[in-house]
Amino acid sequence: MIPVDPPPAAPQGDLDRLISDGRYRRILVTALLAVSVVAVVPLLIMTGVNYYQYRQAFRSEVARPMAGFVTNGKQALEAFLTERLAALELVVRECTFDELRDPDRLRGLLGNMKQSFGGFVDLGLLDERGLQVAYAGPFELEGRSYEEYPWYVEATQHGQYVSDVFLGYRNAPHFVVAVQHERDNGRAFVLRATIDSELINRLVRSLGSRPSLDAFLLNQEGLLQSPSRRYGAALEPAPLPPLAAGPQTEQVELSDQRGDALIVSYALIQDSPFTLVLVSPQGELLSGWVGLRRNLLIFLAASIVLILTVVTIGTTKMVARYREADMMRAAAYHKMEYTNKMAALGRLSAGVAHEINNPVSIISEKAGLLKDLLLMSKEMPPKEKLVELVDSVLRSAERCGGITHRLLGFAKHMEVQRDSIELDQLLIEVLGFLEKEAAYRNIQVDFAFPEEPPRVVSDRGQLQQVFLNIINNAFAAVEDHGRIEIGIREAGEDGLAVWISDNGVGIQEEHLSRIFDPFFTTKKGGGTGLGLSITYGIVQKLGGDITVQSKVGEGTRFTVTLPKET
Amino acid sequence: MDALRVLIVDDEAELVSALEERLQLRGFHARGVTTGADALAFLESEPCDVVLLDVKMPGLGGLEVIRRIKKERPAIEVILLTGHGSSMGVEQGMEAGAFDYLMKPVKIDDLTRILRSAGARDGVAKRGEGP
Repeated sequence: MIPVDPPPAAPQGDLDRLISDGRYRRILVTALLAVSVVAVVPLLIMTGVNYYQYRQAFRSEVARPMAGFVTNGKQALEAFLTERLAALELVVRECTFDELRDPDRLRGLLGNMKQSFGGFVDLGLLDERGLQVAYAGPFELEGRSYEEYPWYVEATQHGQYVSDVFLGYRNAPHFVVAVQHERDNGRAFVLRATIDSELINRLVRSLGSRPSLDAFLLNQEGLLQSPSRRYGAALEPAPLPPLAAGPQTEQVELSDQRGDALIVSYALIQDSPFTLVLVSPQGELLSGWVGLRRNLLIFLAASIVLILTVVTIGTTKMVARYREADMMRAAAYHKMEYTNKMAALGRLSAGVAHEINNPVSIISEKAGLLKDLLLMSKEMPPKEKLVELVDSVLRSAERCGGITHRLLGFAKHMEVQRDSIELDQLLIEVLGFLEKEAAYRNIQVDFAFPEEPPRVVSDRGQLQQVFLNIINNAFAAVEDHGRIEIGIREAGEDGLAVWISDNGVGIQEEHLSRIFDPFFTTKKGGGTGLGLSITYGIVQKLGGDITVQSKVGEGTRFTVTLPKET
Repeated sequence: MDALRVLIVDDEAELVSALEERLQLRGFHARGVTTGADALAFLESEPCDVVLLDVKMPGLGGLEVIRRIKKERPAIEVILLTGHGSSMGVEQGMEAGAFDYLMKPVKIDDLTRILRSAGARDGVAKRGEGP
């Protein structure tokens, strides 16, 4: 085989422009972002939802018992107060005003009440003017006037009264309950009793079942009415924000003035100034939650790291493969072009070998004859004769040279050049490859060239390839004694059209649209099917166009239009 | 012995003339033409023993010439000249009755040997048998 240069390193074409690093970096970044977002966002959403739900669940699980305690405690306290008031009610209904005025009677009553109920410290009877007319208890309070006192006013207005806690007997916390009763004569009197807070304190304390729970009473001014583990003794201010207490148990999360985060359950004790409050530090209550939250966040972080790692590795590999595939495709295309050229070359070289054989035979015979004459003749043959023979040899050698040069000119991978080319000369040159075949098969080739030499500025090698391919096809299509016509004409302002028509077998109509497809061939036993598709590609690259018309049994015409400058 | 009469038929004129001279120098009576038609015309009028025939020629091709010769003057042996050993032209030519074939470029000694053995045949035409 004729040695030819190997295919060149991939020249810059469309496909090659695509395989730039920049493009793949962009693809990689886009893919990474897309996949990461798609993977991570749902995870975040779900984790967020879970977080929120667990938190709510925890809070309600933990907080509900607290509210329960408060409700129960409130009911117990209300019962306690109701009982004490009921005791007084009983007394005022059972005893008359005058009976009660008797200090001994009053003292006796007090003693009984202490025994039965416990907690009563003193009793006082006030007339309709608010004057304490009788008193039983540790102090000397007889004769005092309470007309102006708010508690008296309220007692007369509402018929019952429960007071705030105050420091009373022995500087211990006490509170007062009072009831009013209307006498037969229409005048009202009030019976009041002081009660030791200790009973209430006990009740309240029992609510704080866990060390972390702190139960206490507050008055409307926010002062402690019972001792608080956190905040101190009764009558100290509780460092809490004001609580809007009502008969329903409420629960809030807030921070006290010390900055501790708390869960606070509270309810108003009916008909009293007291608000029952149950406090628990959020941290302690929710320690289980805090652990869970930490685990959730660790899981989230680990998942994200894992996802991102896998995504990065996977996507990078995938894009690398994709790039590899593109590069292989480009390489395959180049190889295909090369193979096609080589196939064309192979076809040619058989013909060319034939062609060269003749001048070589001539050289062989002429030189042989020269030797014969020199050796076999008795006399030296005339100089002219010898020179004539040598000339013949030289001419044939030149002929051989022409053939090989032509072949090598085609085989060499020329750089993409732009030359000013005379199209008619190029076509004649290309036909030269097929001269012998034309002669042998008696194929008539006619040219129809314009008077003005038609010039284009283009790549010679590629144009040769294009026309060689088409003309080859024409030769294959015609039978012996067939006819091929090659012509050039103007095409618009800036173009030239070359047509190659034959009167061969023609192409079936349903195949016409596919003949430029790669791997499409109607040759039985195959050709590569690549010739026309590559030709098409080259023509497109040169900025031209190629069309075909054909009729089965009549012939085919290929028309290649080229811009005058490609 | 009478000189063997040889007709050389090849479209390359220079080859024909060179072979003519060389064969003449070696004792053959050699003539040459450059077309199949001329060959048949020559054989009409001139005696000939062996035809040396190029397989690939334009116009009246080699195969057609063999057939005509074998039909009209079967005594004449035909030797094929070919640039390609196993081409269809050679196969068909041998089938049509050629005596042998030679590849171009020929060695003059091979040529003379084959010509002589073709010429050694009797007037009776024999098909495809070499010496």
